[in-house]
Amino acid sequence: MTIEAFPPGLLLILGAVLLLLLRGRAREAVTLVLPVAVLAHLWTLPDGVLLQFSFLGMAVEPLEVDALSRLFATIFAIMAAAGALYAIRQSRFLEIIAAYIYAGGAIGVAFAGDLITVFVFWEVMALASTMVLWAAGNENAWKASFRYLMIHLLGGVVLMAGIVAHVQAGNGTDFVAMKPEDVGTWLILIGFLLNAAAPPLSAWLADAYPEASPGGMVFLSAFTTKTAVYVLLRGFPGAEILVFVGLYMVFYGIIYALLENDMRRILAYSIVNQVGFMVTGVGIGTEMALNGAAAHAFAHIIYKALLLMSAGSVLHMTGKRKCTDLGGLFQSMPLTTICGIIGALAISSFPLTSGFISKSMIGQAAVDSNMAVVWFLLTAASAGVFLHAGIKFPWFVFFQKDSGLRPKDPPLNMRWAMILFAFLCIAIGVFPGTLYALLPYPVDYVPYTAPHVINILQLLLFSGAAFFVCLPMMKRTLTISLDFDWFYRKFFGILGKEFSYLGVDAYAAAWTALERRLERFITRIFKHHGPAGVMARTWPTGSTALWMAILLLVYLLLTYV
Amino acid sequence: MTDAPETRDKHWLVRPANIRKLTYVSAAVLAFVALLDVALEPHPAFGIDGTLFFYSWFGFVTCVAMVVLAKLLGIFLKRRDSYYDD
Repeated sequence: MTIEAFPPGLLLILGAVLLLLLRGRAREAVTLVLPVAVLAHLWTLPDGVLLQFSFLGMAVEPLEVDALSRLFATIFAIMAAAGALYAIRQSRFLEIIAAYIYAGGAIGVAFAGDLITVFVFWEVMALASTMVLWAAGNENAWKASFRYLMIHLLGGVVLMAGIVAHVQAGNGTDFVAMKPEDVGTWLILIGFLLNAAAPPLSAWLADAYPEASPGGMVFLSAFTTKTAVYVLLRGFPGAEILVFVGLYMVFYGIIYALLENDMRRILAYSIVNQVGFMVTGVGIGTEMALNGAAAHAFAHIIYKALLLMSAGSVLHMTGKRKCTDLGGLFQSMPLTTICGIIGALAISSFPLTSGFISKSMIGQAAVDSNMAVVWFLLTAASAGVFLHAGIKFPWFVFFQKDSGLRPKDPPLNMRWAMILFAFLCIAIGVFPGTLYALLPYPVDYVPYTAPHVINILQLLLFSGAAFFVCLPMMKRTLTISLDFDWFYRKFFGILGKEFSYLGVDAYAAAWTALERRLERFITRIFKHHGPAGVMARTWPTGSTALWMAILLLVYLLLTYV
Repeated sequence: MTDAPETRDKHWLVRPANIRKLTYVSAAVLAFVALLDVALEPHPAFGIDGTLFFYSWFGFVTCVAMVVLAKLLGIFLKRRDSYYDD
């Protein structure tokens, strides 16, 4: 057993629990300092296995540090800090506690050196994120949280089964790169993908997240899916199937976001879309692609949180979430609008924003690997991102028609959180070297070349033109779109009802038949044993005696004859 | 907080004259950005992406295609938003 440092994930979790002891200003101050302290702590950790012990004869390494784990833990800690700043005055305190435990779980996974630790923190995340949903405190969130939990517990069971099979096959518990080639590794991959919102069970994300509170969804958007990207990066780099899964997710996100009316659900679908880019990158599997996927996860957490902070501010100030009810808010919410637009430009990977310097690497990796179809699809999808998130979100929320609403910008802490992340979106885009230095592999890539910048501008501006040309086709309607969750929200319900009707019928028929049989049985008994029944007559001993007497008499007579 | 919009002066961005101007400016920017292709030395990775105006038409056409596809799927997938409430 070696202990060289305390696990940062555990530090955040324990710190969150201890926050319950504090009250008032002290609690607020410690809440904001805690994730920063965790960040400072994790940056003091050297590379290597820093904590190790044996459990049931298996090696457990809850703290193994390298560049990739440090990168993800860093962004998780930054996210926890900014999310808390955004939510601290507006959300219930339970939400912040749950979010810190959730973030601690994510950091725990990022530093996990073995599969058992991955699993433990995986489940911590599932439970804590459900609590974040509960903190919204309304019935829709309550219901959605159970659908969410059901899917994630299922994912946990699949992951556990995979780990058991993997260890049983003699591979040990070490969390290193695997290939999906036997039952164990396949189940582990499926468990990981479930948290990435991969098909077919992608619907949990857009079903549950938008029911959270404004601050809650900011937290939720960051940890589960990006932890999944991390474990895929660590566990399945270059697994070819991920290219197909990723491309499916990219277009699934675009199409569903285009159909959606709820502003935060648009952004939820676009999480799936962005994670699709990362999963594709993991599937391509070259150093450039893995760097790109990791960088994109880092950049994505920031701009997606920024977009959701902007949407959350609108929700907080107006209480409305549907595009059909919103519009024209730019006039009274200038800061929220500008921050929302910066997030939208970053997600669309406009030059000088964080998305540009991260997503470009994935595209370049497809070029280097000579994957023409993948490259064309990714390029089309990049245009589609501008379409479904980059323009659609700001246009329908802040511009479009005038809804007559004149809400102010949100309270100070929410504004500062947005300003901080808007700043980071641009800073990372302008100075890509800082992020590139954190990536797992040495970066040999220059994003700002004249042709690349111009080509991306052409692609994006013309997809913007397509948006306005197609605007009549995108009139918002008061609708939702069916997804796979239909099966467990509607179909199985109908099936259950159908079968319970049949069941009731069968039960009734069986009962009637039983009654009839019982009645017949009683009637028959009555017939034979009743007062008039044959069997109820007096025992015939009397007549026998008579007959015996007659026989004896006859016998007597015969003896005299 | 929610005065009727017509009672106050309209924001410069929503005045029809300005919207018209914005449209012209946008069209000019689009044309300018597309024409930059002429000055650019093409180094294609897959052939067609080095041809003139590739990124411009590719962005436009694929986006229209995605909107149309979404519209078509919407016929089958869209439900009123109270669908799951009962």
